[in-house]
Amino acid sequence: MKRTILVARKEILSYFISPMGYIYLVIFLSVTSWLFMRGFFLMNQADMRDFFTLLPWIFLLFIPAITMKLFAEERKSGTLEIALTMPVNEWEFVLGKFLASFLFFTFSIFLTLIIPVSISILGNLDWGQVIGSYIGTLFLGAAYISIGMFASSLTKNQVVAFILGAIITFFFFIIGERLVTISLPQGVASVFQFLGLGYHFKSIARGVLDTRDLIYYLSFIAFFIFLTYYVIKEKRP
Amino acid sequence: MIRVEGIWKAFGSIQAVKDVSFEVSKGEIVGLLGPNGAGKTTTMRIITGFLYADRGQVFVKDINIEERPEIVKREIGYLPEDNPLYEDITPYELLLISGKIYGMDGRRFKERLKTVVDQTGIKEVLTRPIGDLSKGFRQRVGLARALLHDPSILILDEPTSGLDPHQILEIRNLIKELAREKTVLLSTHIMQEVQAVCSSVIIINKGEIVARGTPDELSIIAKGGNLLHVTFKGDEKEIRQKLQSLTFLEDIKFVGKEDEASTFVLRGPENRDIREEIFNFAKDYNFPILEMRREKATLEEVFLRLTGGEA
Ligand SMILES: Nc1ncnc2c1ncn2[C@@H]1O[C@H](COP(=O)(O)OP(=O)(O)OP(=O)(O)O)[C@@H](O)[C@H]1O
Ligand SMILES: [Mg+2]
Repeated sequence: MKRTILVARKEILSYFISPMGYIYLVIFLSVTSWLFMRGFFLMNQADMRDFFTLLPWIFLLFIPAITMKLFAEERKSGTLEIALTMPVNEWEFVLGKFLASFLFFTFSIFLTLIIPVSISILGNLDWGQVIGSYIGTLFLGAAYISIGMFASSLTKNQVVAFILGAIITFFFFIIGERLVTISLPQGVASVFQFLGLGYHFKSIARGVLDTRDLIYYLSFIAFFIFLTYYVIKEKRP
Repeated sequence: MIRVEGIWKAFGSIQAVKDVSFEVSKGEIVGLLGPNGAGKTTTMRIITGFLYADRGQVFVKDINIEERPEIVKREIGYLPEDNPLYEDITPYELLLISGKIYGMDGRRFKERLKTVVDQTGIKEVLTRPIGDLSKGFRQRVGLARALLHDPSILILDEPTSGLDPHQILEIRNLIKELAREKTVLLSTHIMQEVQAVCSSVIIINKGEIVARGTPDELSIIAKGGNLLHVTFKGDEKEIRQKLQSLTFLEDIKFVGKEDEASTFVLRGPENRDIREEIFNFAKDYNFPILEMRREKATLEEVFLRLTGGEA
């Protein structure tokens, strides 16, 4: 546990040492604020519904960008070898990396709180729904991060990690969408819908915290963390 | 301290290490010498727990690395090939994080930090990003990291590769100094390095150990086809003619002449000392021997012979 936090600390340090971390934050905030303003000024909406509908799509590109370097960079530079020959075991190493990305992601989400705060100053805001959506966002983000991290563990090329992460995430996102499930037989369709990342996000975002959604996200995340652990344990150097 | 028992490792169809066994005892500086692709790095990675052997076992202080990796990793200080380091942080940050990972408290860390910074001479670069450092300093930072937890064993994979001659000497001296209290296993493909630093050599080629001994012992092993440099007093042509009657000589080469002296290099059969026969020859024909010297194979020749290169 202590060493998991150490790994996370080192990783967070690198997010903030490199200009990449700041560039990411600036771009992420610009894009999200612009999306919100568009709805706010063009359509006169004083809510964040559009914002949260688009967020899962934006994350398809933004989250693999956070996670792509986690392991790929260590493979490329060879530091994986020093990390794993210190008394850090593979679980601590993988969980520490996950934690670091999740915290960095949470920080970027935290900065978007400026949007609901501004709305509530200007008009009425349904805080219950906004908070529900934010919680859903954190779960959704954590699930994306676990996929992106897995993709990064497979390669030493960050671009490959990014693309692979985006593709796998996209796959798990769309399988639950109506466009996909509509053409499937009833039974299969409901399984797909249940497996899809977006379905549970919408459900949490409605403001109801259902244990089924929580269990879904937690097992999804655990599954990809386990896959990453397996790859790091077996695929060396 | 280190006991390697019959390890094998394949990467796909490449058999990188084949049945390698050896021991390194306390206080030794053992050199793992071999050409590119011999399996040095793979062997070291298995000892440090980065790779798992397909077969065979490694014991460090009698503890099996695969069974108790956390314990074994604390005993070893490892400098991997090409000295990979986190480029974006500073040596101080690197050492601080490492110290924490090894579970050092603040006092112990300060004490060890001072020691390794002095030993490796990195004080002036402690707060500069590692990515900006010169190769020599990088190497020192890598060593400092490997030394921080005060391991009893050092495993150094080509510790001087890529350094300039001056830096090479400095790093070698540092290793020798460290070896006074630590057991060292280092790899290299430079013969002089082994002669300069190591108390014992293991020669490895194509994944197999081909020889083990002290640098001196090994040069005897490879003596085969022994050469004798002899300077006779007398005329070159006459001596050569007479030498040709010695049927056991495999090769006669005239090297040079100085006043009345002619120098030849004679090749005798392997594993036969021809010095006495040459002495009797000189006596019989009355060519006084002014100088006679048996050529000892250098470690370089041993290495090339054992690994199938040209001497
Ligand atoms: N990860 C890997 N994947 C595939 N083959 C590998 C891998 N690591 C090593 N090999 C192969 O195993 C053999 C031994 O390699 P190793 O790196 O152990 O040699 P070495 O003695 O350290 O060589 P060098 O002096 O070049 O560092 C080589 O043929 C190498 O190509
Ligand atoms: Mg090597």
